[in-house]
Amino acid sequence: MIGRLLPLIAFLLLGVLLAVGLTISDTKTHIPSPLIGRTVPSFDLPVLYEPGSRVSNEDLLGEPYLVNFFGSWCPTCVFEHPVLEDLADSGQLKIVGLNYRDEPEDARNWLARHGDPYDIIITDYDGQIGIDFGVYAAPESFLVDDEGIIIYKHIGALTPEVVEGTLLPLARGSGS
Amino acid sequence: MKKLLVWLLFCCLSSTVFGQVQGSKEPLVFASPEQQARFNRLTTELRCLVCQNQNLADSDAPLAHDLRKELYDMMQSGLSDDQIKQFLVERYGDFVLYRPPVKGNTLLLWLAPALLLVGGALVVWFNVRQRKRLLIEARSDEEA
Repeated sequence: MIGRLLPLIAFLLLGVLLAVGLTISDTKTHIPSPLIGRTVPSFDLPVLYEPGSRVSNEDLLGEPYLVNFFGSWCPTCVFEHPVLEDLADSGQLKIVGLNYRDEPEDARNWLARHGDPYDIIITDYDGQIGIDFGVYAAPESFLVDDEGIIIYKHIGALTPEVVEGTLLPLARGSGS
Repeated sequence: MKKLLVWLLFCCLSSTVFGQVQGSKEPLVFASPEQQARFNRLTTELRCLVCQNQNLADSDAPLAHDLRKELYDMMQSGLSDDQIKQFLVERYGDFVLYRPPVKGNTLLLWLAPALLLVGGALVVWFNVRQRKRLLIEARSDEEA
C-alpha cells in the first residue's frame, strides 16, 4: 500500500518544494552585505549639480543619512522614486543620492522629469565606489548612522513599509 | 593540402581573436601567458553578482566588466590571489566565491554530496537485503 503511494508522496513533496522556491523568488537573489556594522567605504565624489565641488564621507558625519544608488538607466528607480519623495517631504532622514554609472546630463534630465528628493547628489561615473559598497544592481540603499557606520542595507526598490518599519526607527535609534 | 593550410590559418586567427579576455570591451594586455592564465583562472572562480549563475569570465553585465578591470588592476599592483578574493569578499560576501569556505552556514552545502551518497547506499543496502530475504522465503516455500 505504502509502496503504491510513494510516487504520489514524492510528487507532493516536489510540489511543496517548488511552491516554496517560487514564493521566495523575489528575495533569493538578495545577497546579505558584509558591510553592515562597518564604517562606510571612504569616498570623495563630485556633486552632480556643481561638478567643481566634491563631497566626502567625512563631510556627511554627524547625522544619520540614507545613501541611495540610482541611475537614469534603471527602471526600478522610477518605481521607487515616489517613496523617496515622500521620505524627503517628511524631512525625517537626510537622503544622499549616489548617481551610479550614469551620464550626468542624463541624470539631470531624469531628475527634472521625475523630481529630486535628494539633499545632495554625488556621482560615481565609473562605478568604482559602487564596488566598494558591494553594489550589484540599482536601486540599493544604505542607512548610515551619525558616526558613519552602515546599519542597514536594502536591495531593490524601497517601499513605504521598509521606510516606516525599518529605516526611520533605525535612524531614530542611531541619532539619539 | 590547401584545405589544411586554410584550416591552420583559421586556427591562428581564432586563437588571436579568442585569446582576448572574454566579453571585455577594451582588451586587457597581459605581460605574460602565465599572467593571462592566472586572470582566466580567477575570473572563472568568481561569481558575477548580477547574473548569479555566471562567473566573471562569462558574464557580459556592466558590473562584470568593472570587476574584471578591478581584478586586472589588482593583479598589476602585485596583489596575491587570496588578497584579491579577500577584497571582493569584504564587499560582496562569500557569495562571490564559487568555492565557498567551510563555515557553519555552508556546512550543509559541503556535506550534502556525502550525505546523499550515504543515504543512497543505505537505501540500496536495505533493498538488497529485503529482496534476498523474500527470495529465500520463496525458495523455502517451494521446498516445503
